[in-house]
Amino acid sequence: MVLQLKEVKKSFTEPDGSPLPILDIPWFELGPGEQMVLVGPSGCGKTTLLHVIAGISRPDSGHVKVNGWDITLMTEAEVDRFRAETIGYVFQTFNLLPGFTALENVMLGMRFGRGRVDRNRAKYLLERVGLGHRLHHKPTALSVGEQQRVSVARALANRPKLILADEPTANVDAGHQQQIVDLLRKTCQEEKVALLIVTHNMEVAGQFSRVDRLEDFNLVLKKPSSSSLSPSDQ
Amino acid sequence: MSLWLIAWRNIQQRSLASGLTALSMALGVALVAAVLVIHGVIDRSFRRGAQGYDLVIGPKGSPMQLVLNTVYYLGDPVGKIPYEHYMELISHRFQLPDGRVALPFTKCIPVCMGGSHLGFPLVATTPEFFELSFMEGGHYEFTRHGGQGRNMEIGNPWEAVIGPVVAKAANLKLGDQFQPRHTTGVEEEEDHEHHPFTVVGIFAPTGTPNDRAIFVNIEGFWRMHEHDHEQDTDSPGSESVSAGQSGSSASTAPQKPVPTEHRQPPSSSSASLSNPSSEHTPPHHAIQRAISAVLVRLDESDPTLNVALPRLIEDYRIGGVQAFQAVHPSVEVAKLLEGIIGNVQLVLLILAILVVVVAGVGILVSIYNSMNERKRDIAIMRALGASRLTVMMVILLESILLSLGGGAVGVVLSHGLIGILGPIITEHTGVQISALQFQLSELVLIPGLIVLASIVGYLPAVAAYRTDVAKALAASP
Repeated sequence: MVLQLKEVKKSFTEPDGSPLPILDIPWFELGPGEQMVLVGPSGCGKTTLLHVIAGISRPDSGHVKVNGWDITLMTEAEVDRFRAETIGYVFQTFNLLPGFTALENVMLGMRFGRGRVDRNRAKYLLERVGLGHRLHHKPTALSVGEQQRVSVARALANRPKLILADEPTANVDAGHQQQIVDLLRKTCQEEKVALLIVTHNMEVAGQFSRVDRLEDFNLVLKKPSSSSLSPSDQ
Repeated sequence: MSLWLIAWRNIQQRSLASGLTALSMALGVALVAAVLVIHGVIDRSFRRGAQGYDLVIGPKGSPMQLVLNTVYYLGDPVGKIPYEHYMELISHRFQLPDGRVALPFTKCIPVCMGGSHLGFPLVATTPEFFELSFMEGGHYEFTRHGGQGRNMEIGNPWEAVIGPVVAKAANLKLGDQFQPRHTTGVEEEEDHEHHPFTVVGIFAPTGTPNDRAIFVNIEGFWRMHEHDHEQDTDSPGSESVSAGQSGSSASTAPQKPVPTEHRQPPSSSSASLSNPSSEHTPPHHAIQRAISAVLVRLDESDPTLNVALPRLIEDYRIGGVQAFQAVHPSVEVAKLLEGIIGNVQLVLLILAILVVVVAGVGILVSIYNSMNERKRDIAIMRALGASRLTVMMVILLESILLSLGGGAVGVVLSHGLIGILGPIITEHTGVQISALQFQLSELVLIPGLIVLASIVGYLPAVAAYRTDVAKALAASP
């Protein structure tokens, strides 16, 4: 398995100091090269789950194994490096650094991984997402669709084993949404990378053979008293 | 892609704020560099001026005033030494502490201050003045490096040699004649007409105060004063040698300078001047013949003598009264530099450093204020795999780049201004200063700025270190 979650619990602290449970996932896994969609209503903890998988947030308890490595046992610095080398992240708002060109944004992801920046691969990836003519443009000079394509190229820069895409089409105009989905699916397939897309767009979800509903395996959402909201989902 | 490039891109991203911050640093560093360079130049200029002579002998009085007036041509002479006292001193055999009896002076150059031309000081001396080196390895050049003409000749009392600054500022050329005033300064005053001096030489720049002085033959200088004395006392029947006569007369001065080697009395160039007691000179002229000081070059191979001599000279009595003082110019210059100029420099340096520190605080404020809007960028870098230490380093490097960049601009600015103002400073002061005169102490700016940048960058760097990635990513862009 490229991804395996076991007994993962995560909660936030409310202003009055009481815990606000967000995630309680007994089991979740994703196979190598597998592509799936995770759906769920807004605020159900989808982004928090991705943060926990990527090691951006630590679970309160449980184990998160990526490519066989339990990141909950790693130090923060080890997780950072592991994330750079093993996990690609595509954000809803692209999150390209505004001061860097498209090429530099892709190379930035390489810098924090093994430290070796492969300029040729960065160019190749940008050409592959159709931006060979926009290498030296800064994000402000790119359309939203182009920005998201740069984001996809950046996520693939370090030859990751897993790509996490958080609502990748939410900020892209309808005309380009399918283009982004196709790009993600195709490149992940070619690079043999597992893909986990979080979305509430059922049109997108309908294209995948595996569609999981978070409320089906997140016990927090099954409890009758649960009214929890993930701050990061709001 | 290095962390330096990432830091540089961050600076570019906020180009206006970064530029203004770097500019404030540049101004501060320019001030520090200017203080260091100007102090270095003044220090070198003063020390260079004092290098030519081992000892200055003058009348009893302030040793500092003696050195300032004799070596730097500043202020008034301490007093006058009658010529016969001078002759008596240089032919005296001193008993040294080790029992030896010696004629101590290797070279003695009499100088007489007083008078000026167009504000430039008039120094009456002998041609031997220009045969001494003005500093170690530095000789007066009349034929190379911009020098023109020749040294004045002992038998031609109305000859003058001028410094390059005087030549340029007073527009004096070889062959030009001038009548110096009897007092220093440029004020208009009543002066007697007398025989003019002719410029026969302009020496190449030396970087010493001599560059802005006019040197005339001491013989002519004395005659000029004798002439004035005659006019003042209205004594038409006096026997004074007229200017016209003296200009061509060799009778008042021997043609061949007497060698002035150590232990060959009288060991002075003035021995070759007309002796007031000689039969060629009317006796009353001796009243006028006085000097302001004696520039002395000692035998370097005799340290006992060099140490003991000032005391021996000061103990020397004429008519039972102390007649002379002897000072090491380098010692007085060191006192001046450390006591006054050094303190002024220290105050200026402290002020300039404070300006740099304020500029450093400006960097802190600028970066720290930007941290809020950059939290998301930091979170993105963290999400891409940058460690906390990495983002902290990026901020520190940004601070260092701003400081060093501003500092580099400051040094260029400072030296550029010095380059522009250099010719004006040289023209007015004789101090040679150019844009390419760097001080070794300026190198301290590099580690100094890095330390300052690290200190001021620490606070925003810690803020970057502590950035909550999940929270920052969740915040609206």
